[in-house]
Amino acid sequence: MAKVEILKDYCKSCKLCMQVCPKQVLRVGTYTNKMGYDAVEMDETKGCIGCKMCATMCPEGAIEVYR
Amino acid sequence: MEKVYTRPKSMNPRATGYCPGCLHGVATRLICELIDEFGIQDQTTSVLPIGCSSMGVFHFDTDMIVSLHGRAPAVATGVKRCSPKRFVYTYQGDGDLAAIGLSEIMHAANRGENITAIFVNNSIYGMTGGQMAPTTLIGQKATTAQDGRDPKREGYPMKMCEILAQLEAPVLVARCALDTPAHINEAKKVLRQGFQNQLDQKGFSFIELLSNCPTNWGMSAEKTIAWMQEHTMKTFPLGVFKAKE
Amino acid sequence: MEKLFMKGNEAIAEAAVRAGCRFFAGYPITPQNEIPEYMSKRLPQVGGVFVQGESEVASVNMVVGAAYTGTRAMTSSSGPGLSLKSEGLSSLAGSELPAVVVNIMRGGPGVGSIQAAQMDYLQATKASGHGGFRMLVYAPATVQEAVDFTYLAFDKAMEYRTPVLISADGCIGSMMEQVELPPMKEAEKEDLHFFASQYLNPKRKVITSMLPVESEQELYNKKLAAMYQKWEETEFLKEEYLLEDAEYVIAAYGTSARIAKSAIQILRGKGVKVGLFRPITLYPFPYDSLRKLDEKQVKKVLCLEMSIPAQLVEDLKIGLEGRIPIACYGRSAGMIFTTEDVVEEIERQIRQEECE
Repeated sequence: MAKVEILKDYCKSCKLCMQVCPKQVLRVGTYTNKMGYDAVEMDETKGCIGCKMCATMCPEGAIEVYR
Repeated sequence: MEKVYTRPKSMNPRATGYCPGCLHGVATRLICELIDEFGIQDQTTSVLPIGCSSMGVFHFDTDMIVSLHGRAPAVATGVKRCSPKRFVYTYQGDGDLAAIGLSEIMHAANRGENITAIFVNNSIYGMTGGQMAPTTLIGQKATTAQDGRDPKREGYPMKMCEILAQLEAPVLVARCALDTPAHINEAKKVLRQGFQNQLDQKGFSFIELLSNCPTNWGMSAEKTIAWMQEHTMKTFPLGVFKAKE
Repeated sequence: MEKLFMKGNEAIAEAAVRAGCRFFAGYPITPQNEIPEYMSKRLPQVGGVFVQGESEVASVNMVVGAAYTGTRAMTSSSGPGLSLKSEGLSSLAGSELPAVVVNIMRGGPGVGSIQAAQMDYLQATKASGHGGFRMLVYAPATVQEAVDFTYLAFDKAMEYRTPVLISADGCIGSMMEQVELPPMKEAEKEDLHFFASQYLNPKRKVITSMLPVESEQELYNKKLAAMYQKWEETEFLKEEYLLEDAEYVIAAYGTSARIAKSAIQILRGKGVKVGLFRPITLYPFPYDSLRKLDEKQVKKVLCLEMSIPAQLVEDLKIGLEGRIPIACYGRSAGMIFTTEDVVEEIERQIRQEECE
């Protein structure tokens, strides 16, 4: 059981997190933040393993990980 | 569920000023994580440069000096010599450090100032719009080298770690990259050593972090990662060039 | 009071130490070398720090860092070095940092000559760097004044959070005179708070000379302008010598003013009514002394300077507003007029006046 929480107002939708996720649990979501970016979100059906790769890669510090 | 990764508290609660996918954000986050881990937020003075990284003024929740172009190591010298108990680090880009500030970094290193110098190298001038830097790769296009850097005309990329490692005084000279989680974790380990050296009064540490510039390289953030691996890291090999016990 | 026979440069350095200066960074350049040399030995004795910078630019930026910590800090140089330091001076002014900067003036432009001159007046008073900032500028005429104004400069720098310039010519730096040194001050670090913090991070000490919001930067510009306005009302210093009945007035500062005084004594002996106006602060400039001069009494003002072309004349023009004619006499590049030269020049001006 693991999950990530995206701080959607910090996300710039650069997709570097998506690129490093070994389980492809991340995708561009439908929420457009104040900066105009469509924030990344977690696809809850894909089984996040809480490996922190996405949080390590995120240039905005916009990902928090729970395990 | 337990929170296993959270945003560092010494990183101000706001989006960075950087472009989407710019690895300056990762460098910033690593520094903040270490400031938190060492518990030195209130004793830290961040000395920032001119260029994109001057936006660190929005990001680091510490005492702060935004210095003039290239002068961060000289300013940091003044701070550290007068307040030796402060934790003083410099954060500079490649134009700032390797061009206009070459003299300041060389001599701060040569004096063995007890500071931690962090060098974010993305091979281009970012904020001013993609001009050629001393670290621009051979053939890499820039707004002032539009057909690509030609060594006959513009010389070769300057390898700051290799140059600084020739000096006697520095205690740590290392190059890391921010392209993958594994490299980022490694970079954090090396940065931690650079922090520890200063806290142990050991002297000057220099950590180069290879980075990207999606905007001025003219490619998506994802593509810059592959480009770094195929080009940047071939010109600038990773490794520890000097480590004194 | 302790009296010593000291060389100007060393006296300036000792006065700085006694004013609480505990950080000095500088780069070798003639004719100011005794200042860093003295500091390299003296500062460690009082728990201070001396750094020989790798350049003028690095030195002034080290002072930026030192000043930020609330330490009384200084750097010194001469003409070409001051030009290199100009970005740092601008940064000090732009970040409300207190520091004392000494310029032992030599010839110019370019490398100029290493001998004594007064070639940096316009640089000191109008544009020591980009961005329209000002510095309090003190121009001593004796080694004693160099000591006194250096001592004062540290307090003024701290009071106003500004760079303060001691603008002395090479004669003052190189000659030896008897001086009374001021008492040693406790060197306590000042707890500085900065304008930029309130906009960027109120709980931290933040300095930047580039506030990201234009209106905030403009507020800072206005704050500086108000300070300069206040200086013009309260901080000017001047000397007026035998001006009451003067028909000819010599306007001169520093060593030139001393030579002028000797010439005035000779001329007075010959019955010529001549006096001296000496700005002691070059900025703010004591224009009032000039505004007071009566055009019905004063026939001419002679701008006397160790500079060709004349530079002080620009402020004389502002102060006199065209009411009294100005003549200029100067030597430069280390050539210095004698008392007799000045006597002859005044006599020549008188003859010319009579012909007209």
